Amino acid sequence: MSEHPQLLVHDHKDNVGVVVVENLSAGTEMLCVVTADNSSFRLTCNDDVPIGHKVALKDIANGDVAVKYGEDIGRFKADVKKGGHVHVHNLKTNRW
Amino acid sequence: MPINTNRKFMGYRRENGRVGVRNHVVILPVDDISNACCEAVANNIKGTLALPHAYGRLQFGADLDLHFRTMIGTGANPNVAACIVVGIEPGWTQKIADGIAATGKPVAAFSIEQNGDLKTIMDVSRKAQQFVQWATELQKVECDVSELWISTKCGESDTTTGLGSCPTVGNMYDKLIPEGIYGVFGETSEITGAEHICKERAIDAEVGERWYKMWKAYQDDVIFAHATNDLSESQPTKGNIEGGLTTIEEKALGNLEKIGRECKFIDILEPAEAPQKGKGLYFMDSSSAAAECVTLMAAAGYVIHTFPTGQGNVIGNPIVPVVKISANPRTLRTMSEHIDVDVTGILRRDMTIDQAGDALIEMIMRTANGRHTAAEALGHREFVMTKLYRSA
Repeated sequence: MSEHPQLLVHDHKDNVGVVVVENLSAGTEMLCVVTADNSSFRLTCNDDVPIGHKVALKDIANGDVAVKYGEDIGRFKADVKKGGHVHVHNLKTNRW
Repeated sequence: MPINTNRKFMGYRRENGRVGVRNHVVILPVDDISNACCEAVANNIKGTLALPHAYGRLQFGADLDLHFRTMIGTGANPNVAACIVVGIEPGWTQKIADGIAATGKPVAAFSIEQNGDLKTIMDVSRKAQQFVQWATELQKVECDVSELWISTKCGESDTTTGLGSCPTVGNMYDKLIPEGIYGVFGETSEITGAEHICKERAIDAEVGERWYKMWKAYQDDVIFAHATNDLSESQPTKGNIEGGLTTIEEKALGNLEKIGRECKFIDILEPAEAPQKGKGLYFMDSSSAAAECVTLMAAAGYVIHTFPTGQGNVIGNPIVPVVKISANPRTLRTMSEHIDVDVTGILRRDMTIDQAGDALIEMIMRTANGRHTAAEALGHREFVMTKLYRSA
């Protein structure tokens, strides 16, 4: 692939993806690849997001389920705009 | 180096038929207070390896059983050519030496009471010199990949491990388990959030139910019995969070990528327990702390460990080569001396999981042939006994 993706998504059911490059700055129009079938789409990132951290793929409401690997990975505890940074400040485990 | 396509390597065939990829002469302390003697011997006799640790006194019940199992399993590991056991008193010392001797390898036992450290160091050193001179004349023989026992456990995980390095290990297992290797994964607490998927990866419903009971018992008897807060910063760890992992569920789903798509686990092992049901993949009930887990898997008889890391866990093991795999480009940029297999290409989408699995298998074969891993070259020898509860 000549152009390298900035965001990888495991599954089409997911509502978050993972930043896979360093120094990603707010406003970047990211190439996003779904690893399940190598399909791609574009998404503009709203925040400076460190490598490895997650970005919301759509507008999310407080209380929504976070989906990654096509599975429930926790509950949002704040609204998150499409393209926003998702981490411990707005997502919490269901377990402990 | 060309890809090793015939999957043969030169290894050490031991007295019991098992194959080792290293040839250590181990000086094994039974207890904490015998460490000094063992370390003095290792300093005297070049080519020996002391394994100091923190425990071995006044343990009882299941905790003592685990201590003996770990000690005997470590000495019995095929990467160990010969072993000298040193303890404060002769009873437990001989018990461990006898357990190791069942493999047929040379073993000797020495105890310190009524001798003192200095005489013991002299006596052990003389025996250690004989063992080293014997072991260094052992010749490697051609062995097949199917004779390898390969363990896995990941560490300092981040979101790149679930995307890259863990699926790489999973691809290796999907290719090598059918060839007849023994595999093992574990990390009981770290399956939390993916337990429904893990249970389905058991060979049959009976094993799946036993696995689920074991997992649930750890949740109830250890985590919820001892937790004083919500475990955030412990599971996931601070390092995991820095790397972008937010919840235990997310971490668990990435962790479980290590068992690939095809293979099923055939049995559940107690910590440090050797597999009893033949070739295939096993689950070991174990801590997710890297050094504890790798030590337990080595004591179960595994001879090479595959270790996916995101943020860069630097762990090694004294008797088992730990092969590090990472997909995180920042980790490769800042601490590449710790990484054996670079799979950052998976994130760039210019390397497939299939290609990454092949690269790992090639590195496993090179490691089996004698290449020192990054952790070996850097001197990482973390040997950490698992303690179940306070001693008497």
